[in-house]
Amino acid sequence: MSLTVLYFAWLRERIGESEERVETSAATVADLVAELREREPRYALAFSDMRAVRVAVDQELADLAAPLAGAREVAFFPPMTGG
Amino acid sequence: MSVRVQAEDFDLGAELAALRAGRTDIGALVSFTGLVRDVTAGAGAISALELEHYPAMTLRALGAIEAEAAARWPLRASLIIHRHGLLHPGDQIMMVATASESRAAAFAAAEFLMDYLKSRAPFWKKETRPDGAHWVAARDEDEAALAAWDR
Repeated sequence: MSLTVLYFAWLRERIGESEERVETSAATVADLVAELREREPRYALAFSDMRAVRVAVDQELADLAAPLAGAREVAFFPPMTGG
Repeated sequence: MSVRVQAEDFDLGAELAALRAGRTDIGALVSFTGLVRDVTAGAGAISALELEHYPAMTLRALGAIEAEAAARWPLRASLIIHRHGLLHPGDQIMMVATASESRAAAFAAAEFLMDYLKSRAPFWKKETRPDGAHWVAARDEDEAALAAWDR
């Protein structure tokens, strides 16, 4: 499947892109992270500590175990600092 | 009930006047305004604050937070405005306003909205200080404040 993957804040800076299309057969967010880590050191660096990373699937907060079947957009970002 | 995300500044007085215009059923109107301050504990003066957000998710997340507040308290009206982009010390970052028949619900709902916005609205702040630009870390206290509403 083809996913739009978005990165925000320091994840965007470490990976060097804000958005990309990713062809993947990952079943879950954790599988997608594992695939991305294998690609290049910048991904491995950005995803080195997943406790510092939050994820949204189709604009809803999700966790690493969230399934990707039918998903269109996955976003990775640090804990939010609104307000 | 209304939510806006914008780069432009807002006029707090005009927003509050509009919220209660033509209404005589509101006995309490509470507002909170978040401002850019130029100090951060022990880290020197802040000269700028960049607010990044996730546009496709922001309105949805703010709308869900506002709907949750409306489900918990008898609100007659509410408003959330959150800015994004480059801001400077003294600038307004965001506001919430809650209106109800009496003050307890309005105060509680405003605090609830703020606690949720801090940790569940997809915004990220980057401060420019004398030693460079730094992403603002989320605070454990903010997550704890959120958890307290579930008890």
